[in-house]
Amino acid sequence: MYVAVKGGEKAIENAHGLLAEERRGDTSIPELTISQIKTQMTLAVDRVMTEGSLYDRDLAALAIKQARGDLVEAIFLLRAFRTTLPRFATSEPIDTGAMHVRRRISATFKDLPGGQVLGPTFDYTHRLLDFSLMDDGNETEAQQDMSFEPGESLPRVTSILNHEGLIQQEHPDADDAAVPDLTREPLDFPAGRAVRLQNLARGDEGFLLALGYSSQRGYGNNHPFAGEIRMGEVEVEIVPEDLGFPVVIGEMTVTECEQVNQFKGSAVEPPQFTRGYGLAFGHSERKAMAMALVDRSLRSAELGEEVENPAQDEEFVLYHSDNVEASGFVQHLKLPHYVDFQGELEMVRNLRAEQQQMNFLKAGE
Amino acid sequence: MSQAQTQSLEGYNFAYLDEQTKRMIRRAILKAVAIPGYQVPFGSREMPLPYGWGTGGIQVTAGVIGADDTLKVIDQGADDTTNAVSIRRFFARTTGVSTTERTEDATIIQTRHRIPERALSEGQILVYQVPIPEALRWLEPRETETRKMHALEEYGVMHVKLYEDIARFGRIATAYDYPVVVNDRYLMRPSPIPKFDNPKMDNMPALQLFGAGREKRIYAIPPYTKVKSLDFDDHPFEIQKWDDCCALCGAKDSYLDEVVMDDEGGRMFVCSDTDYCEDRRVEGHIGPMGTPQAAE
Repeated sequence: MYVAVKGGEKAIENAHGLLAEERRGDTSIPELTISQIKTQMTLAVDRVMTEGSLYDRDLAALAIKQARGDLVEAIFLLRAFRTTLPRFATSEPIDTGAMHVRRRISATFKDLPGGQVLGPTFDYTHRLLDFSLMDDGNETEAQQDMSFEPGESLPRVTSILNHEGLIQQEHPDADDAAVPDLTREPLDFPAGRAVRLQNLARGDEGFLLALGYSSQRGYGNNHPFAGEIRMGEVEVEIVPEDLGFPVVIGEMTVTECEQVNQFKGSAVEPPQFTRGYGLAFGHSERKAMAMALVDRSLRSAELGEEVENPAQDEEFVLYHSDNVEASGFVQHLKLPHYVDFQGELEMVRNLRAEQQQMNFLKAGE
Repeated sequence: MSQAQTQSLEGYNFAYLDEQTKRMIRRAILKAVAIPGYQVPFGSREMPLPYGWGTGGIQVTAGVIGADDTLKVIDQGADDTTNAVSIRRFFARTTGVSTTERTEDATIIQTRHRIPERALSEGQILVYQVPIPEALRWLEPRETETRKMHALEEYGVMHVKLYEDIARFGRIATAYDYPVVVNDRYLMRPSPIPKFDNPKMDNMPALQLFGAGREKRIYAIPPYTKVKSLDFDDHPFEIQKWDDCCALCGAKDSYLDEVVMDDEGGRMFVCSDTDYCEDRRVEGHIGPMGTPQAAE
């Protein structure tokens, strides 16, 4: 006897229970704390804050814990929280020139004012599993203080090139120009660079990495140099309406990448270097570099280059970069589709019946 | 409203979204009603449910729902599918409104993939969850292009596509999400409902609202508006038919789901609209595999 499937509510509750159990894992092992995630899984926290568009280390750590380490799920959790927050101000542009730098490298000049500062990087590590980390409580003694104190200002590489007029000029918006907000307004095309950069900053690191990579391999002919990558702390300022001057409301860590690209000139622009820009919360170097590559690719149209590859195509990139959107739509295929599928079954059966009849008639001829 | 607010989820506004956002959504809905079938871009928010799970429909429902509404949520025609249960619970938690499984008792029906079998009446609102709002999307991937095509009412490609179906298969090979023209003007995607449901959209007394969250579009069909499924004079539009009737209630006029009984080809057909099926059985209709209602 067939009984229609009932009890969806009970099933959902049970699923939530099982999920909570799986998240906690073996209860004989101490529970992971938010402060552990926040201070030891820092790069995961940075990525979740960047793509979640919310600078809050505690909430990002909470999201990572709740999502069982699934970073895209954690990003989704953070976004769903962010959307409930009121927007009370727009900050002043952050001044990365005044950054308290912990890492600063340039691939275009051997030395430059302020020097090269490696900082905490994986770059020259040999990727050998460090088995000493296997055992708990076996930590090496605190090392001497190696933090870097910049003795002089660190001018940007792009501003050095700018002295000679060799690099494309960037023109700031008027001070009173409204700042678009991608999270409040639907995308419209052409999107404009501010919206593009917002989209890329929130975009999935893997997607931007692959697109940036494709532009290096010939799908878009990007010839980039890492003009400068810097990471450190910057101040965030707002101008309260009743004060009329900027006040600092906090400090945050960001990674900035300014790429310098070869450009032979076009009908509308003289030969010069062009720029690609990447900015991410925390220490997110791969993301910032990939973003800069894609930003440069997306400037093809304004520089008079042919737009013929995915990384140069504004609609293609901006509509598909968001992993919360993409993950949702890909995974919604799990939801029941049996009404549609029934329609397709009926269709295919009819088409097959008609074809068989045709074959039968042909055979009889 | 204030009374309902006290019943809703602590720390969140009535129906989850803040009042400014609901206002923005209502403005988009008003514009959509004023231009039937036209897709209105709106500032779709990130919801606590994933994109693809009905975030557009949920935002539209949140925009129009009030404390005295009665909500019904269906997925595949059924009230008890997991996602319908989940969305109904979301609104029960965030608004405290009463919910129902009875089509006729609902003031708002949020749906995915079906229109209820029972005819809707004036004053009811049917909210569709829409995955891809653009009827021309699979023929032209670029939004910049399709917007132009709508502006110029340039729908030839769709007719060509349907014609090619006929030339190749002898029939139009679209079983669901079958394109319609609304109010003799806009080509519209009815969301992935089976074409069986298309005729119900035409001249419907209820207001039909469509929400696409990920794609950030809202569109609408006002009550008593002409909705025509595309066809040709010599290949008129037709809907699905079954040789079987519903095994439980014996209905011959409803959309049927196929249920696989065993791995030897055994199958039965049952109404996809669970409320309709239930009603008929209460009325005493019994299908070939049904039992009298009292036994349940």
